[in-house]
Amino acid sequence: MHPRLELRSICKRYPGVVANDDVSLSIQPGEIHAVLGENGAGKSTLMKIIYGAAQADSGEIYCDGNPIAAHNPAVSRALGIEMVYQHFALFESVSVVENIALSASSAFHLPTLAEKIRNLSMRYGMPIDPHRQVHDLSVGERQRVEIVRCLLQAPKLLILDEPTSVLTPQAVVKLFETLRQLAAEGCSIVYISHKLDEVQELCDTATVLRNGKVTGTARPKETTSLELARMMVGSKLPEMHVSPPVPSEKPVLEVNGLSVKARDHFGVDLKNVSFNVHGGEIVGLAGVSGNGQAELVALLSGERTHDRGDAIRICGIDAARLRPNERRKLGIAFVPEERLGRGAVPSHTLWENAVLTAHRFGTVRNGLVDRRKAKAFATGIIDRFKVKANGAQSIAQSLSGGNLQKFIVGREIALKPKLFLVSQPTWGVDVGASAFIRQTIIDLSRAGAAVLVVSEELDELFEICDRLLVICQGKVSAPLIRTTTDREEIGLLMTGRGMSEGASANGSGDIVLQD
Amino acid sequence: MDLFIAIFTGTIIAATPLIFAALGELVVEKSGVLNLGIEGMMLMGAALAFWAVTAGYSMPVAILAGALAGAATSLLFGVLALTFLTNQYAAGLALAIFGSGVSAFLGRGFGSEPIEALHRVNIPVLSDLPLIGPMLFRFDAMVYLALVMFVAISWFLYRTKAGLVLRTIGESPQTSHAIGYPVIRIRYAAVLFGGAMAGLAGAYLSVAYTPLWVENMTAGKGWIALALVVFATWRPLRILLGAWLFGGMTILQLQGQALGLEVPSELLSALPYLATIIVLVLISRDRQMLALHFPASLAKPFRPAS
Ligand SMILES: Nc1ncnc2c1ncn2[C@@H]1O[C@H](COP(=O)(O)OP(=O)(O)OP(=O)(O)O)[C@@H](O)[C@H]1O
Ligand SMILES: [Mg+2]
Repeated sequence: MHPRLELRSICKRYPGVVANDDVSLSIQPGEIHAVLGENGAGKSTLMKIIYGAAQADSGEIYCDGNPIAAHNPAVSRALGIEMVYQHFALFESVSVVENIALSASSAFHLPTLAEKIRNLSMRYGMPIDPHRQVHDLSVGERQRVEIVRCLLQAPKLLILDEPTSVLTPQAVVKLFETLRQLAAEGCSIVYISHKLDEVQELCDTATVLRNGKVTGTARPKETTSLELARMMVGSKLPEMHVSPPVPSEKPVLEVNGLSVKARDHFGVDLKNVSFNVHGGEIVGLAGVSGNGQAELVALLSGERTHDRGDAIRICGIDAARLRPNERRKLGIAFVPEERLGRGAVPSHTLWENAVLTAHRFGTVRNGLVDRRKAKAFATGIIDRFKVKANGAQSIAQSLSGGNLQKFIVGREIALKPKLFLVSQPTWGVDVGASAFIRQTIIDLSRAGAAVLVVSEELDELFEICDRLLVICQGKVSAPLIRTTTDREEIGLLMTGRGMSEGASANGSGDIVLQD
Repeated sequence: MDLFIAIFTGTIIAATPLIFAALGELVVEKSGVLNLGIEGMMLMGAALAFWAVTAGYSMPVAILAGALAGAATSLLFGVLALTFLTNQYAAGLALAIFGSGVSAFLGRGFGSEPIEALHRVNIPVLSDLPLIGPMLFRFDAMVYLALVMFVAISWFLYRTKAGLVLRTIGESPQTSHAIGYPVIRIRYAAVLFGGAMAGLAGAYLSVAYTPLWVENMTAGKGWIALALVVFATWRPLRILLGAWLFGGMTILQLQGQALGLEVPSELLSALPYLATIIVLVLISRDRQMLALHFPASLAKPFRPAS
């Protein structure tokens, strides 16, 4: 029998980098195959080549034994190949159902399709509202839309480029069930993830890439994650040092009884949200995305303002009415969850992107950009965070997902903020770099900064946070101390159960800090 | 009463070429392409349609010739902007100049005799109704065609899958390409359609509105159509209303000049342009609506990633 997909000596170079160097692999029908590698190893590039969204410089692609000559996404769709892009391929200005209709082969009848989406997405454990506009969705919700869109097509070969980076653990469990079911029916799956435990749980085989070359293959179920990690990184993983927090006396961020109506009827109302973040500690905000995080983050960053000035106080100053740049002047730095578009201007160079938030750090003088300083600043970030890029001149969107994430987080940390707000800090970042980013965040807080981390990843929150808040349907729980709580309790709060007993949203949030 | 009917019908007629041209441009811009050359395509349509009539072809053939001339002219723009990725502003401006030059050249042989204008319909019973008859049922066929196009284009854009594909290409050609749509081919189709519509607009001018040939007879209507699309925030209904507003102001200022108002005639002539733009600017202030309807990739060259 022919393999479902066979790659022979795929090569692809971009200016300054060889993204894929003589890559060969083959995948049988019904096989779940992992592609592993560090940030910038060339995984996404390889997937785009398989799907036809990028053209290989040389090499051949065979599908069920037939060579694919002129390749483009339309050919792939006709062959039954579907792909979940790392950076999504969704249109913001139209609704979820319209987005899905664009790739559906069924008749164009939106009400029927909407009904189908509603039902199937529930069954897959990734509920989505088909009538919402994509620009209102959080990245977690967008991820669900992308996955459901592909699953609806009953593909023969499904490519998933980091599909779980912003999914909740429950949704991941369901997704894996679905994927196994698909594989049992003969669908081949290519799976990319930086979460090695997932790979071990799901995948039959794995190909490891480093600097564009295949460095090995493995059977993840029979290999330890340490070994896998070593194959990817080629060196030892950094270790984390978490020293106990030394909270400042006065809170740096105070949120007092913040209640806000949602912007539209799909959003979530915030209900009397109160909490504090002190200097020297890291507070995590856990919750299933779409429970008011977007609203809360927009209010904290100043993207949205609030009429009652003291609803949000930063360093003791009423800040709820201030705009983002005025808040940045108070010493807040901010990493939004959407790295392309909000976190960075995709078509601009890295140093230009650095100037966007670092203009008070000598990169702008008398209203003029000091290019030399700006480039030095950007180069500093690139070196410190080991961003794999072709220098400060690279265009933001040419970076691999994880590398851009490292750059954006690095840029904000380099501002030495007093208050650091970060959403999904290690979205799509490989194990080594995640550990580094987490360590940097810890060091930042221990140096006195107040840090608020919004993430769906409980493991990450448990690793770095001192206190945890849980948001559910616009209500924020009373803080829980990391060392005295566990995943169960948080998980319960995330689903809205357990909110009633004491941990209500009305608490002042100012409970005694652990010392 | 007669005056009222005259103003009303005059408005509808004056708006017709704008409706054609602006709706065509709407389709082009919705696909993310900006063709500034409407004026040139209209002139080519006007010249060819006029020539076809003088050469003895029937009216429908002449009008079709106008549409084809517009489409052929737009193809030139398409090749420059879509295949060779020339700057779309430059290519469009070049097309406007090209069209006016070539049409003037062609038109030298046309003479200055007027031709017999496109006939007005005469529908039994309806056209003879009092008031309603002269107001609604005695136009020429192209006036009705313009309205049919309005309905068809609105339906196409917002009710069909092809329309959805077109709009989303206008938002992000990269994404459209990524999910398997032939972006360039679809954009060519949109550009050709826009050209044909501009050709129809030109044909209307030369065989129905003022049935004679004058160099540069479009007198800036192509530019107004362009402005109309922008200030109507890329929405068909607003384009229709804007065109009527412009038509109405044109007729009113003519009446005003005829009555000898104590206002400089230059100012009066500028009135339709000013009024249309002011009203459209006022209604297009809603940022969010604007963001929703604006084709985000407008005028940005696209080449499939390699
Ligand atoms: N369009 C492009 N132009 C220039 N360089 C590019 C382009 N796309 C990718 N690259 C480079 O190719 C290399 C591989 O990128 P790729 O996106 O495949 O990495 P990846 O393995 O998916 O990483 P990640 O885990 O961070 O997503 C990177 O060094 C990246 O900078
Ligand atoms: Mg990638």
